[in-house]
Amino acid sequence: MIVRALIVLPVIVIFAQNPAVAASAEHGKVAYMQHGCWQCHGTVGQGSIATSGGKPLAPDPLPWEAFSSFVRSTNRAMPPYSDKILTDGDLQDIYAYLQSIPKPPDAKTIPLLNP
Amino acid sequence: MVRSRIDRRRFLAGVALAGAASATSEGAKAATSPIIEEAPRPSALRPSAAVAAAETGTPQISAKPAGMPGSDFMVDVIKSLDIPYLPSNPAQSFRGLHESLIDYGGNKKPEFLTCTHEETSVAMAHGYFKIAGKPLLVLCHGTVGLQHAAMAIYNAWCDRVPVIVMGGTDLDASKRPPGVPTFHSAQDVCALIRDFTKWDDQPVSLQHFAQSFVRAYKLAMTPPYEPVALALDAELQEMTANDRAKLTIPRYVPTAPPQGDLNAVREAARLLANAEHPVIVVDKCARTPNGVKLLVELAEALQAPVIDQKGRMNFPNTHHLSQNARSRALIGEADVILGLELSDYWATVNAFIDNGEINGTGLQESHIKATTKLISISSVLLNTKSNYQDFQRLQVVDIEMAADAEATLPALIEAVKQALPSSRRAAIEARGVGMKKAWSEARDRTRQAAAYAWDVSPVGTARMVMEVYVQIKDLDWSSVGGDRQLSSWASRLWPMEKHYHHIGGPGGYGIGYGAPAAVGAALANRDAGRFSVNFQPDGDMMYSPGVLWTAAHHRIPLLTVMHNNRGYHQEVMHVQRVANRRNRVAYAGKDLGPIGTRIENPVIDYGKLASSLGIWSAGPITDPNDLAPALKKAVQIVKAGEPALVDVVTQPR
Repeated sequence: MIVRALIVLPVIVIFAQNPAVAASAEHGKVAYMQHGCWQCHGTVGQGSIATSGGKPLAPDPLPWEAFSSFVRSTNRAMPPYSDKILTDGDLQDIYAYLQSIPKPPDAKTIPLLNP
Repeated sequence: MVRSRIDRRRFLAGVALAGAASATSEGAKAATSPIIEEAPRPSALRPSAAVAAAETGTPQISAKPAGMPGSDFMVDVIKSLDIPYLPSNPAQSFRGLHESLIDYGGNKKPEFLTCTHEETSVAMAHGYFKIAGKPLLVLCHGTVGLQHAAMAIYNAWCDRVPVIVMGGTDLDASKRPPGVPTFHSAQDVCALIRDFTKWDDQPVSLQHFAQSFVRAYKLAMTPPYEPVALALDAELQEMTANDRAKLTIPRYVPTAPPQGDLNAVREAARLLANAEHPVIVVDKCARTPNGVKLLVELAEALQAPVIDQKGRMNFPNTHHLSQNARSRALIGEADVILGLELSDYWATVNAFIDNGEINGTGLQESHIKATTKLISISSVLLNTKSNYQDFQRLQVVDIEMAADAEATLPALIEAVKQALPSSRRAAIEARGVGMKKAWSEARDRTRQAAAYAWDVSPVGTARMVMEVYVQIKDLDWSSVGGDRQLSSWASRLWPMEKHYHHIGGPGGYGIGYGAPAAVGAALANRDAGRFSVNFQPDGDMMYSPGVLWTAAHHRIPLLTVMHNNRGYHQEVMHVQRVANRRNRVAYAGKDLGPIGTRIENPVIDYGKLASSLGIWSAGPITDPNDLAPALKKAVQIVKAGEPALVDVVTQPR
């Protein structure tokens, strides 16, 4: 079976802030699971009203600066992740993974959502 | 009977002596005499005719005492209240009543339902009430059974659900058997649950029992509904009532629920009628199906949005005034908020953010404007217990009525209609138009949110919920489990209009409620001809899996769909939060979450578990495309009157 949203394409994301950094979506997915991001945001960043205010992380994640700043310093319900817990490299890879996740189908095209 | 025991003892002693004598003489013979073949002889002396008759004949039963067993009278009392079921785990401390219920009472009203744990028994009664509106009786085995039951009683207490609990005990220390029965007795057995029961008593005579049982039922069924308890003395059950005619059973007359003070009702109506942005927030408001109708009438009179916290099925989510999706924004802009039977008014109008700030306690923020007027109608104010903190933080409100909300609604609706100035009618109508637009937009957003993770593995919770819905949508269905653990998809996507379309949560958030409460609710739905479905979290299931056997044994049709995310998910996040706060990596070992929070290595096969307990099952299902055929078959099983379980490996929420 093809599980569309879990296919991790070998996406290489070049960060505007640091062109020398090449991020790996494949490793990003591993880091996303290891660091527990999936616990609140789901394995494909779909989010939940129970754990993330219903806001999906992907596709189309926040711009990198806003994303990384939030992860490092949020004081809201999500705990901040310092670079001691989550390295810059892992965070960049996670961002690449989120960017690699395809858009969901239009709900109008899903018969089960239009019973 | 006593004589018979003595005879047997003498007989056995004779056998032992004869055996010893025989062995000695045989040994001596072997040493001095040649071996001579002899006909086999009996290894024991033949019993005398009298002993044989005592061992094999019909026991001589002493003359039956005049009168009736005390527990038969108790059954008469119980039957006067038309209690349909008695989910219980059998126990010596109520053996007298147990025997009377099934033999004298014919095992009808109440019917004994065999449970494998007292927590299960009480939770079944909890779920049953939320569908049928009738309390059940649960018998518990003295000290040990009540301790098993305690968690479920606390859930019922927090959820304002009546359950009649009776704990067996043997009061007279000079008569009760030593050993186990004494371990299971207490001088005040109800003490251990007194903090979260509304009332209890320890009857010392049969007439006292009759009075206290009817009183217990009456108090349990007066809002705020709560569990009640009676200590059930063993001697009282097994004594003889010499003159039944002198014993009376008090007639049960329901108590009228407390209504709000009329002056307070009129003042509340004036505020609501003149508000620019009134908001109605409800939690456990609709005690009965009529409560849903009354709430719709009030909301429509004001065209006020309703935010349903879902302690009960309060308000149809297909109504344009159902505005849960915008709850934060609506509360923020409200000028008047009416809270009806809220479990936590403070958390309704404030936020607590668990981020360790403010000396480690977390951020606390108000969600409302300083000028917002707050109105509360809640019967829980009439509770006077103080140890357990289910009353939550104190929220100062402007008008507060210690009254049952549903009982107060007719007067409030009338007062609102009278208070509405004609000059406000156009504005109120316009408010309704805006609500219709907002409702429609929110519905579209919710559907689109459900499309995320539609095809993933582990299975997305929205996908699972809608795969179930399409199989049951043409049936008279009832969702008998909570759905908070799966992003509330069922109550966001399914059209919920009838009072049995969902039953709210556990009340006290004690794990172990879900599976047995669902079986209890399914029992009530079975009698009403409805189809029951329960989305069952895996962690909760492992507290009380034995209830699946009870469902199979008593043929209670229920579709259980496992929300198997293989973890104690809430705790996963708590440990993660604290580890981050301390700038440490939460150690996961070989698991996918912090040690101690995951249910994996090995994973649990809930299909096999269910099968071993006599239930048809399918799964584990990890591919969403495999859901439809399994669910279709499971629905057929349930429609035929049996329970079924489909194990689905899911996304965390």
